[in-house]
Amino acid sequence: MQLRVNGQPIEIDADPEMPLLWALRDVAGILGPKFGCGIAACGACTVLVDGSPVRSCALPLGAVQGEVTTIEGIGSAEALHPVQQAWIEEQVAQCGYCQAGQIMSAYALLEENPEPTDEDIDNAMGGNLCRCGTYPRIRAAIHRAAALKLARA
Amino acid sequence: MSRLGRITRRVFLIGAATVAGGVAVGYWYYRRPYPNPLEDGLAEGEATFNPYVKIGADNTITLIAPRAEMGQGISTTLAAFVAEELDVTLDRVRVEHGPPSYAYYNAAMLEEGGGFNFWDESFTAETVRGLMGVAGKMLGLQATGGSTAARDGFDRMRQAGAAARVMLVEAAAARLGVPVADLTTENGTIVHAASSRSVTYGEVALDASKLNPPSSVRLREPAEWKLLGKAQPRVDMLDKVTGAPIFGIDVRQPDMLFGTVRMSPVFGVAPVRSDISAAANMPGVVKIVPIETTYGSGFGVIAENTWAAFKAAEAIDVEWGKPAYPEDDAGIMAMIADAAKSGSATAMRDDGNVDTAFADAPQERLIEAEYSVPFLAHAPMEPMNCTARLKDGVLDVWAPNQMPVLIRWFCSDIAGVPGDKTNVHTTSMGGAFGRRGELDYALYATLLAKETEGRPVQVTWTREEDTRRGPFRPASVGQMKARIGDDGLPVAVDMRIAAPNMIASLMSRLFPSLPAGGSDPAITDGSRNQPYTIPNYRVSEIQVPLSIPVTFWRSVGNSVNGFFHESFMDEIAHAGQVDPVEMRRKLMADFPAAVAVVDKVAEMSGWGEPLPEGKARGFAFTLSFGSWCGQVVQIADTPAGIRLEKMWIAVDVGTALDPGIIETQMTSGAVFGLSAAMGQAITFGDGMVEQSNFHDFDAMRIFQAPEFEVAVLENFHRMGGVGEVGTPPAAPALANAVFALTGKRVRQLPLSREVRFA
Repeated sequence: MQLRVNGQPIEIDADPEMPLLWALRDVAGILGPKFGCGIAACGACTVLVDGSPVRSCALPLGAVQGEVTTIEGIGSAEALHPVQQAWIEEQVAQCGYCQAGQIMSAYALLEENPEPTDEDIDNAMGGNLCRCGTYPRIRAAIHRAAALKLARA
Repeated sequence: MSRLGRITRRVFLIGAATVAGGVAVGYWYYRRPYPNPLEDGLAEGEATFNPYVKIGADNTITLIAPRAEMGQGISTTLAAFVAEELDVTLDRVRVEHGPPSYAYYNAAMLEEGGGFNFWDESFTAETVRGLMGVAGKMLGLQATGGSTAARDGFDRMRQAGAAARVMLVEAAAARLGVPVADLTTENGTIVHAASSRSVTYGEVALDASKLNPPSSVRLREPAEWKLLGKAQPRVDMLDKVTGAPIFGIDVRQPDMLFGTVRMSPVFGVAPVRSDISAAANMPGVVKIVPIETTYGSGFGVIAENTWAAFKAAEAIDVEWGKPAYPEDDAGIMAMIADAAKSGSATAMRDDGNVDTAFADAPQERLIEAEYSVPFLAHAPMEPMNCTARLKDGVLDVWAPNQMPVLIRWFCSDIAGVPGDKTNVHTTSMGGAFGRRGELDYALYATLLAKETEGRPVQVTWTREEDTRRGPFRPASVGQMKARIGDDGLPVAVDMRIAAPNMIASLMSRLFPSLPAGGSDPAITDGSRNQPYTIPNYRVSEIQVPLSIPVTFWRSVGNSVNGFFHESFMDEIAHAGQVDPVEMRRKLMADFPAAVAVVDKVAEMSGWGEPLPEGKARGFAFTLSFGSWCGQVVQIADTPAGIRLEKMWIAVDVGTALDPGIIETQMTSGAVFGLSAAMGQAITFGDGMVEQSNFHDFDAMRIFQAPEFEVAVLENFHRMGGVGEVGTPPAAPALANAVFALTGKRVRQLPLSREVRFA
């Protein structure tokens, strides 16, 4: 079947029951989304489908309708997205494994709500687990990203 | 005997002789350096000076940080040691983990293993520390753990940077025909100011590497530091915000297969009946093979993709045997509690005469309490995984791991190839917390790689396997007793701590043919070695013979005893009607570094100032891994449950090498401890773990996280660790706050069994 991922069409030959996460990682070789739990409980696999954050570990390939965006699609080392820039300026990541998912959730939050409060952040980010406890810096980085985005706009 | 058996026996004997009977081999052996492992893998024009520095002709500077990066920031701090003395900034260098090598032994990890109190600087304590360090070198123990990496690398890696710089300057002096004294270095360039000429490190690196290393070097004084002592940007931050494929699970090799394992959920048993036929016929499945190792029995599934492997593993029809331990949690915990009450005990601290002090104690002056904590899984975000390839007599293992030298030994033995034909590639880790000091994931990947005719195979565990297979932080029970004096302070305490022996459990997996006996000092770590002066003070270890696999979990025994000791100190303070912080000031008066930490965290939090109705604070203190840490947490009663509002942390680390990373490690350690305290438990039914994934073994979420304020002090004259230090006081600080808020003394973890959190 065909998927559009980060603006590119990709042909995927896989069981439609296969979760999107494994199609991206093991079939298409797109490694930004991470495997954490397999039951949509930790958020490490978060990607966007038509702009909305979804847990790709629990979304069957056959149910994907729309454009898929992974962390590789929002910015690069040479052209960082404001959320990524803010993550560097706040030195958020520790082990870093959950951060692609955190950044995708934060990206989606800021698309919808350009100036979120702490409460908005808590509500939007509660599905993204971080075992290193980077939460205080995630909050700070989302506020910083909001300011960077508004400044760039 | 297998080759592995010979190696491990020999090494074990050296270790045992050194520890028990003095240095069995001469000083020359200890002084003799290991070969530089970088000499084998140099690129064209690249030069190496020692195991920590490589410089290319194009002035690409590569520093080796040979400890596992699991989020603690160690690659940044270790690179800064070398860079500081090499006189380059961190944005100028590449940082690599490097190959497994005895050259990267960790002396500090064993140094504190002798069981002496951290503040004990007697001749005996220092001698044992020295001997343990020598043992670490002779064992070639390349290991990440015990919050030791920075302490271990501090001198050695700064010396490596300084020596390379001396050699580079010497080569530049010869090249430019000027005296060494007229040259200065500037971030990778050597400058002759008088003639305005300069050469880069890269231009003279090959010449310099042929010079004899200096016999001694002068290291910069802390006042001269440019990098150390200041927050450095982490060297891997860009990779981590762009989704770069840096983790074990991201390894991709041509023609790679995928796999998983399904191991026995009952520990120590094999299948009594199994049928793999349905699973083996599922689409995408290549092969299913039985697995039998010291870690347990089960099956490995090889498939075309991870999802197919997961589905097939689930479809294996298997019935497991019965356990040799009680089948349910009540039976297991009763066994530990009985041991705490009446099991054979060894006093690990025994000041004064505790029995006499209790003999005539009036009942109203006595308090007694039983504390308990459950088994815990590590639950790092990245589930266990490993990739292996056995092709043309060479084994490659890509492993997110804390023990590369051990992985090389064991995997080469399984694969039947020599150690020098075994390449271990240590990747970044999505968390570890002690779990990746075990070897099971690497053994399984190697076993499956023997079945794929040279194709690499990546073996990823499901979260369910990761949660349920252990090895776990042991459950433990503490029987605590105190006699309160007329001034409200304790005159006698007696603490009996019962738990399974972690060292014996680890030995049964790694070296099952060797006898494992003796004490496990971790059982009482955090209770027997705290900076309190109490006239009669006994802490005893009681081992519980349970065959559930247990191991080191962030802060190890301190995670247990921090809760027991500091909750009980809070009980004592309330019983004696003394303010808990004021009581610590009095009992810790002999330890100025501890008092300074207590004072600082009390001042930051405004301890003692009145709070609005429905809010309360708790305090706790633990000295662990050489650092002195006090925490105050403030909680509030809300309609949704108890909410954590703010935590203040003061920590004395002796020397603060990177205040930014120290701050993040304090909050990280505290969140880890709070997560466990609030809701985590691994429990058993039918001999199997009842939890399976984050829905029933969750951790703190962002909406539960308090604000943090951290103060880093440098009063004590010896450097402490950082990665685990924030964890031990977190649970008791919270439990003490819950008491202050509700009047309910919760003596078992998780607290969620008795109170509700928002």
